[in-house]
Amino acid sequence: MPALQFVLPSLLLLLTLGGIGAVRPRSPRTALIVYGGTAACCAVLVLAALVHLLGQGGVWRMPVPVGLPWLRSELVLDALSAVFLLMVNLAGVTASLFGWGYGRAQAGSGHGLEPGRVLPAFPLFLAGMNLVLLASDAFLFLVGWEFMSLTSWLLVLANHREAGNREAGRIYLIMASFGTMVLLLCFGVLAGSAGGYGFDDIRAAPHDPLAAGLAVMLVVLGAGSKAGLAPLHVWLPLAHPAAPSHVSALMSGVMTKVALYALVRVLFDLAGTPDWWWGGVLLALGSATAVLGILYALMQDEMKRLLAYSTVENIGVISVGLGLALVFKADGQQGVAAIAFSAALLHALNHSLYKTLLFYGAGAVLTATGQGGLNRLGGLIHRLPRTAPLVLVGAAAISALPPLNGFASEWLLFQAVLSGPQLGLWEMKVATMVVGVALALAAALTAACFLRFYGIVFLGRPRSPAAAQAREVGPAMLLAMLLPAALCLLVGVLPGSVLALFGDAAAGMVGTPMDSRAGTLAWMWLAPAAPGDGFGGNSYSGLFVLGLTAALTVLLRLLIVRTSDAAVRRGEPWGCGHPDVGPVAQYSGDSFSQPLRRVFAAGVFAARERVDMPEPGEMRPARLEIRSSDPAWTWLIDPLCRAVGWLADKVNGMQFLTIRHYLTLMFGALVFLLTVVAVVK
Amino acid sequence: MGEIGYDMAHLLGASVLLMSFALLYQRRLTALISAFATQSVFLAAAAAWQGFFQDNPHLYVTAVIALLFKALIIPLALLRIIERLGIHRTVQQAMGVGPTMAIGVSLVTLALLLVLPLTAEASALTREGLALALSVVLLGLLMMITRRNAIGQVIGFMSLENGLILAAIGVRGMPLVVEMLVAFAVMVAFIIFGIFFFQIRERFDSLDIHYLESFRGEGRRE
Repeated sequence: MPALQFVLPSLLLLLTLGGIGAVRPRSPRTALIVYGGTAACCAVLVLAALVHLLGQGGVWRMPVPVGLPWLRSELVLDALSAVFLLMVNLAGVTASLFGWGYGRAQAGSGHGLEPGRVLPAFPLFLAGMNLVLLASDAFLFLVGWEFMSLTSWLLVLANHREAGNREAGRIYLIMASFGTMVLLLCFGVLAGSAGGYGFDDIRAAPHDPLAAGLAVMLVVLGAGSKAGLAPLHVWLPLAHPAAPSHVSALMSGVMTKVALYALVRVLFDLAGTPDWWWGGVLLALGSATAVLGILYALMQDEMKRLLAYSTVENIGVISVGLGLALVFKADGQQGVAAIAFSAALLHALNHSLYKTLLFYGAGAVLTATGQGGLNRLGGLIHRLPRTAPLVLVGAAAISALPPLNGFASEWLLFQAVLSGPQLGLWEMKVATMVVGVALALAAALTAACFLRFYGIVFLGRPRSPAAAQAREVGPAMLLAMLLPAALCLLVGVLPGSVLALFGDAAAGMVGTPMDSRAGTLAWMWLAPAAPGDGFGGNSYSGLFVLGLTAALTVLLRLLIVRTSDAAVRRGEPWGCGHPDVGPVAQYSGDSFSQPLRRVFAAGVFAARERVDMPEPGEMRPARLEIRSSDPAWTWLIDPLCRAVGWLADKVNGMQFLTIRHYLTLMFGALVFLLTVVAVVK
Repeated sequence: MGEIGYDMAHLLGASVLLMSFALLYQRRLTALISAFATQSVFLAAAAAWQGFFQDNPHLYVTAVIALLFKALIIPLALLRIIERLGIHRTVQQAMGVGPTMAIGVSLVTLALLLVLPLTAEASALTREGLALALSVVLLGLLMMITRRNAIGQVIGFMSLENGLILAAIGVRGMPLVVEMLVAFAVMVAFIIFGIFFFQIRERFDSLDIHYLESFRGEGRRE
């Protein structure tokens, strides 16, 4: 296959581009070369992945021509890698395009973005992610993983002059190092005493249940911290707003998927036959993550923080899909496992499409107005007439509105959830129902969240002068948004065809590809085969819904045009009794989320509102102050930090001991270890 | 030959260990040095006996080195240092004799429990030789941490080396060069400690390393 021969050259070219970006980052030509080259490399990798997925499948191997003699590494492309390669590089193409336009626009406006920090690290970041997906042994995998972490850390610090960004970078670096360390331990446990770190060796080696269980816990911790599973999601809402928008799009839409790839690779492929509780852990964490993430997103005041928390929610949903697949696989029901697994992959692809689109939208709004806070925007649908509909597509897709892609994957996921009662264990029968309820709640809250996002940012009247004077962004950025928006619609309309691409991956990971009852019409109908019902019971066609929606729209419009009075009249709107209504009197982001905040967030998030009402006669404005805290900080991270600090204080005394005390310590340690040896023998 | 050879090796090894205990309860510096010299004599005898028993002539060299340096030159030099410096003749101890001896006995027990099962397939002589040697090493370490006096620590260190040599001569086929190196390491350590003593003495008028600890730049935490 000729396209696959370009994989390694593309990776090497990405590394070279990083070097080029470091040489003369301020020149516009360098920006063009770096972003253009990155886009080209990503496009080649997309093609390679597509060729692999559409072709005969199988496993493609290529030895890496550099490295140490006893660490012979290979790049391996199998169906699972190809699926994730497709996601990463599709986003890579649009992010390069957007980044080029974004950099020019930011340079024009004279604020933000330092190209010297973004240009060198950006291609390297993509190279690191691709390397993780193509690695065939634990060493290469971890090298790629660390590469991805460190370059993205550099990108988070692109605007390092703001103190908040430095703090975000610090926390991100700590979380990333923690994740890598845990993954290192995980591979160590999997390789066992035989010490074969190649994935082929690990796959072939027998795993005893205790070691496999330990490896599962470690990979959930390690990959989960990167993906943003609660309660290890704390770095996302800090790091994503700090990074430039095209980088946040990649970190949020794609890097979290690379982490999920690690989770899938270990849980489904390397750790051997699954136990049912592996899936149970993912189900519990995933559903909690989904609900907490979206609730917190609803309370955010800043666009990119909101989007980051929404990523946390989506990661939760995908984890639930993977958890269901594991549970069904452990139960021996490969068919349903394949449905859940395909749903998880489809949702991952969808999320990478609409989340990058939404981050580009946020970036476009930032470029146009310089404002990131919801309550300082508004009315942008008039000022940004091209960006607004594209972002609307993203918001509708993430809210799972048919016929867009978000609906297809969530619908498929619910098909798997509804098969829960077929499971053997009664605990899991109950658990899948609870998970289903949590997912439904999260889906509804997502719709509310993005209604709020779109409504407050684009509708109404401008809430600040900056929003009132916004200017539409350039063609490169618009094109970068148009591509994922079009793909959102395409995947939503023809989900069956996209799912067909995942067949080999599902077959490799859960044993069988997803079965469809639609037969020859599979490209049009999404009809997962479940026992006990014929075609039509649970089937969905995006194309059909699209046609129906279009027909109804045309019909409704005709009806309105025919029956209504043609003349347009203008009049004063009713101002609720106020003579002069300023834009401040509009419904705001905080007003929108108030009911949900009071119902859901008072407990877990400790959300409190304080109204400072002036006395009659005072001229100052009334103030509403809203406070909430992320429970992950309150209950996990802060106590952990305090414990580490306490321990460090205690151990600090050891720095000032006398020589004799040091000798005593060593002697004690020696005697202790000798005693352990004597007892163990 | 077998029976008497084993008994003799055992007796000499046990005497080295016995002198380790003797080192632990000495309160006077001169007595400490004599005990160390006696231990070295027993070590030399053990080496010579092993050389004869294993028919391994280079162990005689080891025996001579041990006798010459450890039993004669070093103790005499140490005595001369004490005389030259005119220092206090008692050893400042960080722990009482009773608890020290109790810990010493438990360390020997630990060494036996550790070595005997680990070397189940080796010959009885090697096994017990190793157990005795490990005991001597551990007791040397114990001595280093229960003495405040620099000379006491140096002697603890050298008795630890004696334990290592005891282990080396008990094992068949240990090359001569290793023993030579150990002997010379002790020599070098002795020279360095000698200079060290003079320096400490010059500054603090005492060999109690407690005074040294308050002069470490970063300040001492009480």
